[in-house]
Amino acid sequence: MEQLNIPEIEISRYAEIARQIRINSIKMVYAASSGHPGGSLSAADILAVLYFREMNIDPVEPDDPDRDRFILSKGHASPGMYSVLSLRGFFPQELLKDFRRLNSKLEGHVHKGVPGIESSTGSLGQGLGVGVGMALAAKLDKKDYHVFVMIGDGELEEGNIWESMMAAYKFKLNNLIVILDRNGVQLDGKTQDVMPLHDIPGMVKSFGWNVIEIDGHDIRQIIIALEQAKSSHDLPTFIVAHTVKGKGVSYMEGNYKYHGSPPASEKEYQQALKELGDE
Amino acid sequence: METKSESLREAYGNELVSLGKKDPNVVVLDADLSSSTRTGIFGKEFPDRFFNMGISEQSMVTAAAGLALSGKKVFASTFAVFLMRTYEQIRQSVCYNNLDVKFVTTHAGITVGEDGATHQIIEDIGVMAGLPHMSVIVPVDAVETRSVIRYVHDYTVSPYYVRLTREKFPVLNDADYEYVPRKSVTFKDGSDLTIIGCGVMVSFALKAAEELKGKGIDARVINMSSIKPMDREAVVKAASETGRILTVEEHSIYNGLGSRVAEIVGEEYPVLVHRMGMRDTFGKSGKSWELFDYFHLGVPDIVRSAESVFREEKKFESVS
Repeated sequence: MEQLNIPEIEISRYAEIARQIRINSIKMVYAASSGHPGGSLSAADILAVLYFREMNIDPVEPDDPDRDRFILSKGHASPGMYSVLSLRGFFPQELLKDFRRLNSKLEGHVHKGVPGIESSTGSLGQGLGVGVGMALAAKLDKKDYHVFVMIGDGELEEGNIWESMMAAYKFKLNNLIVILDRNGVQLDGKTQDVMPLHDIPGMVKSFGWNVIEIDGHDIRQIIIALEQAKSSHDLPTFIVAHTVKGKGVSYMEGNYKYHGSPPASEKEYQQALKELGDE
Repeated sequence: METKSESLREAYGNELVSLGKKDPNVVVLDADLSSSTRTGIFGKEFPDRFFNMGISEQSMVTAAAGLALSGKKVFASTFAVFLMRTYEQIRQSVCYNNLDVKFVTTHAGITVGEDGATHQIIEDIGVMAGLPHMSVIVPVDAVETRSVIRYVHDYTVSPYYVRLTREKFPVLNDADYEYVPRKSVTFKDGSDLTIIGCGVMVSFALKAAEELKGKGIDARVINMSSIKPMDREAVVKAASETGRILTVEEHSIYNGLGSRVAEIVGEEYPVLVHRMGMRDTFGKSGKSWELFDYFHLGVPDIVRSAESVFREEKKFESVS
């Protein structure tokens, strides 16, 4: 698998999509005067690879029963999620500007009424369990689609996650792939300060899962990890993707203040767009 | 008149098997209580479509959501008290997504008996009925249980909460009875006051009504198994025709049947309403049927309350 031959031009294409996701996310939270930029920016590269390469999906047929499923369990990263869906063609990009407004479909947290969204999320810890149910249904229906679930690292503090990890092991859900956006920051501060987890890969391994560790901003590593996960024979796979909260905007990087707050001023806003290369 | 009793949860387990035979999309989840909730009967028949999630209710509810999102008709069961810890999973993942998940819980109310207060949930109706998209049904007997389970499977695609119990309950309905959504059943007509009940309290109310007849009081008795949506017409009719209402439930008087009846009466036809139920208290260990006397919910208590309501004595004991 490591020899996977991916041309550089393809890698740069996904990087460019990730850049667009970041720019859109900043614009959305600034226009809404609220929202969660940090976790959208950390997840952007992974979302780009999933939606433009790894997942079998078709915006023209969003309900195709054979499609791959993706659940953003960390539903507060809705700017990133809505951005990638619009870039992929699930709905027009002009809808993004009404994010979080009354009468907009783009609810503050990820909402199933939006084309391409599989399940409403926003209360942490639940998306993995929903993914377990979808993966069970695939087994029952003898379908070979995959279920991808992205969770946050603060989210690992929810008991529901570990309950669902047990279930995925019990039912041998090799069609279930979790991607942990390991950005090390949650609302109140660093994850290691709020609730330290000694050894995440070790904890997950002890639940019987495959574990892969990658740099979550290295497109090539993301692709290779997802391809490996898809070929798992009997175990669910957990990808620990090391990322940077607020990736791409210097004053947001690693700063918990931008977990749930937009750029604080027009100056900050312009700086963010400039650093992301928006023209 | 002595009636035979039958287990509601046994009726549930057997009805699930019938549904499983006719519909391959039916799946059932439990959280390590399948021999008590009787979903194990389904599990034995259809092991591939039965998922024992272990003592992990949050996992059970969220997986139920995922299965429903994939087109399955999902029944999820555990003791009523333990489902309550997943209120928020039910809210976010099931109700907000408006999914075809039927929560059928057993061992609700004080009829859990000896297991005591920790297991005697008396707040669940209020908790579940407050959720948007959620419907709530409390079957009165095994016949109605079977019919309700068939109904929610055959005709609905939204979330339901169906409240069952540990004890066997007297069979009040004829074998060919079919549950009609939103409709109550008047078991006994009467003109002096109306006793509106759900669950086992309906059979108590019927006994009380017989005693009241001897005292010259003609009580109407209504089985209000559909808590949400509720049969508003029957409530308003009772208020207008009998002028006095007594509600009886194996549940807190807050946020349950009585509260909802009082809301409707207050809004549409204000008359005297007195609620009988658990009065802002926890349950207690004891034999199921002893507990009704202990908490003043037995047949003599209903008779006494009905007499007070009939005489419009408004000095009922205060709640707290």
